[in-house]
Amino acid sequence: MDILNDIAARLEAGEDEEVGALTEKALAEKLPPKEILDRGLIAGMNAVGEKFRAHEIFLPDVLMAAKAMYAGLDRLKPHLEREGVPSAGKVVLGTVQGDLHDIGKNLVAIMLRGAGYEVIDLGHDVPPARFIQAAKDTGAKVIGMSTLLTTTMPVMRKVVEMLRAEGLAGDVRTIIGGAPVSADYAREIGADAYSYDGAHAVERVKSLMAEV
Amino acid sequence: MRERVVLSAADVLPAPREVLAAVGMSLASGDARADRAVRAAIERLAVEAHPEGVFEEVPAGSFAGIYGGEGRNENDTPIARILPRAERLAIFAVTLGEGVSRAIRSLFDATDFAVGALLDAAASEAAERAAAAVERRFEAALAADGALGPATLLMRYSPGYCGWDLTGQRALFAALAPGECGITLRESCLMEPLKSISGVIVSGPAEIHDIEANFEFCPECVTQTCRERVRLARSAAPREG
Repeated sequence: MDILNDIAARLEAGEDEEVGALTEKALAEKLPPKEILDRGLIAGMNAVGEKFRAHEIFLPDVLMAAKAMYAGLDRLKPHLEREGVPSAGKVVLGTVQGDLHDIGKNLVAIMLRGAGYEVIDLGHDVPPARFIQAAKDTGAKVIGMSTLLTTTMPVMRKVVEMLRAEGLAGDVRTIIGGAPVSADYAREIGADAYSYDGAHAVERVKSLMAEV
Repeated sequence: MRERVVLSAADVLPAPREVLAAVGMSLASGDARADRAVRAAIERLAVEAHPEGVFEEVPAGSFAGIYGGEGRNENDTPIARILPRAERLAIFAVTLGEGVSRAIRSLFDATDFAVGALLDAAASEAAERAAAAVERRFEAALAADGALGPATLLMRYSPGYCGWDLTGQRALFAALAPGECGITLRESCLMEPLKSISGVIVSGPAEIHDIEANFEFCPECVTQTCRERVRLARSAAPREG
């Protein structure tokens, strides 16, 4: 089996030590780091995302695959930096103020990193102004907001309104997710996108990045 | 009546199947790695959890003021309908302690995401068990008081759910002052440590909790478990015939 296919397959199986070792082997064989990333790690993570969306695997499987992805990425990162390979883009992410549920948000962060994005994870209970400031400070083009509580959904609207008030709505796109929100709610508050899980979030962020 | 309740981790540990069910899995799926991960999560919870809580009985009139909070509750709520027929009430708060939150963070930092997520799910189950243990203590106190009838049922309700606005936490904390358990309130009304639960325990005739889940806010509810909770509580109540 081609070593990159092998990396992708081991990653899907959540075999972190093997993925780390195979990544080192691929580097030793002088394969381009970007190719190892795209055709090995990201390809494996994409397959995991698809299986998760098809309910063929469960959350722990995805998270074990993510651990394997990080094992490869840790070895790859110095080489990517040395070669000046840019990230796919920067995304500010957080669970909104008043909500502490961040497992869903963490999963989105893991999937985005696995797809080559740089994630600025603000954690949970994040006030609206902090999302905006983080985007300004880092030059992130996308703000992702998560919530599990209906009572904290209005915080998402506030972030969208603040972006507009500061004239940043065209430069910084917004995506929302979490159990109580929907595509309709995203439209209602003027958010640019809605995502129902981590793999879908990667697709939507990719589209948003292409728009700005 | 006020009582501090100190529990052991063993009192609140969930079974592996309950934790896996919380993330949409069952042990029947035969995933050995998931089985190992969930057992590792529960072992870690046994070390890090230091569950404790406090409850204090409040007269119905006082609780109405607490429940009113900052005036942000929905207009019509289950608690507003239940209160007039409640017999005894206790406000409460429980926590698993800060160690659990630290452990979850450190597992994620170490990219051990699966065990971290399963520990998070296990801790949520454990916090519910701690709240149930506090409820049982209140129930025992009522029994000692001769205040439990054959059809009495106790149920817990929390700010942030069933139309009780999250800002209600401020009035609840002002009345309960659960600092002795190390529980504090953030400006955003979230509790520290994160794996904590607060609310009111309502004791009264079982039928007062039988309210149709057809309030304006019900369709947006993410838990949708209120009827099931009442049904389970009724089936578990040994006093009912």
